[in-house]
Amino acid sequence: MKNIFLFIRRYFTFLSFLLLQVLAIIMLSNASKSHETFFASAANELTGGVNKQYSGFREYFALKETNRLLTLENARLRNNLATNFQQANTGRQIVMDSLLKDTLGRYRKYIYLPARVVGNSYSLQTNFITLERGSNEGVKKGMAVTGPEGIVGVVVETSPGYSKVMSLIHRNSKVSAMLKKDNNTGTLEWDGIDPTFLTMKNVTKGAKVAKGDTVLTSNYSANFPSKMVIGTIADISSESASNFYTLKIKSATNFFSIQYVYLIENVRYAEQVQLENNTPKNQ
Amino acid sequence: MSSLLKNIIRFILFMLFQVYILNQVPPLHRFIVPYVYFLYILWLPFRINRFWLLVISFFFGLVIDYFTGTPGLHAAPCVLIAYLRPFLLNLLIPQETTEQSYVEPSRISMGWAPYALYVGVLSFIHHFYLVLIEWLQFGDFVYFLGKVGGTTAISLLLILLAEMLFKRDGRYRATTA
Repeated sequence: MKNIFLFIRRYFTFLSFLLLQVLAIIMLSNASKSHETFFASAANELTGGVNKQYSGFREYFALKETNRLLTLENARLRNNLATNFQQANTGRQIVMDSLLKDTLGRYRKYIYLPARVVGNSYSLQTNFITLERGSNEGVKKGMAVTGPEGIVGVVVETSPGYSKVMSLIHRNSKVSAMLKKDNNTGTLEWDGIDPTFLTMKNVTKGAKVAKGDTVLTSNYSANFPSKMVIGTIADISSESASNFYTLKIKSATNFFSIQYVYLIENVRYAEQVQLENNTPKNQ
Repeated sequence: MSSLLKNIIRFILFMLFQVYILNQVPPLHRFIVPYVYFLYILWLPFRINRFWLLVISFFFGLVIDYFTGTPGLHAAPCVLIAYLRPFLLNLLIPQETTEQSYVEPSRISMGWAPYALYVGVLSFIHHFYLVLIEWLQFGDFVYFLGKVGGTTAISLLLILLAEMLFKRDGRYRATTA
């Protein structure tokens, strides 16, 4: 017995070392199980409290990155919203006949393409409309655009998926128009004041004009088919110095609420424009 | 400042530095894990009771363990180097002179070469044992060898930096105290 005590006293350090080692190894091997024990949970509470303080402190430095990530995630989630998905609009509304040249010898001249309006401005001097239909779906520069009520504008830019339309309420818009009653032509413009009223210039004073008369597209336009509704005459002003009326036209199209439009392709547009731009040689 | 207070402050600082700075460093390589916390044990005073040295080391390792969520993993190597420390010191320094005139192991109290050997050997043992325990749980032999080498190298580098940053004066113990 005495020898045992002597042994313990002599090797006390070594024994305590072994004890602590075994304790450490046991703790390690029981690590997953011992989480329930009181000591482990108390220790976790303590370290967790310190960790929480520290992460609260560190969060301030990560705010910028966190914001960026959240913005990215928001953008990704928003892109997955069902309203963002539109089927590519490749349908074609056939007006006359699907043949370029039918058996009666008629040529197809116009093709109508439906399109959805995804962008519209009306408060500027240069207003444009964006359509969700682009060159991949057959939209070309110079195509006429009409709405259900009346004409809307002319395509000025196309991208693979979208096209940009110069609205009639754009200061540079010019469309050839005529009076329904006697086919006298004039130029349709916009004075930049009121989006509901257009201006028709260069109508000869020989024309019989009256308020309420209908104004249509003329036969002379390369992109618009003839006799499409533009609007009705709201006011007539005649300057004594000139031979022309200036008419105020109430637009048939409500530019504030355009949802769907038709693009009109003139199949022979290029041919006509090229011929018109040719300079006669023997003159 | 008393030796006890100094070591308590060191305990907290080493713990916080290891847990909140070195453990937060994004891993450069799977072999390179910066460990410097065990330097606390190497810096404990010469004249500490060997039993208390073991207990303090065990407790210190356990605190690190509870922050990393691996109870026992760091405590075991800490106890091992605490046990081996007095033997190594006895080998490396002339017992009579140094231990009586200096408080704790440092490059001034021991001299550059013995101190470097002391730190190098204990670092290697610490990492060898630590990675061995880790390896017994998972991993292959290449992982074991590579990690022992990598962690020891990075630890020695960090300890060298610590020695250069903190100039621990080789304070003489109050004579005849």
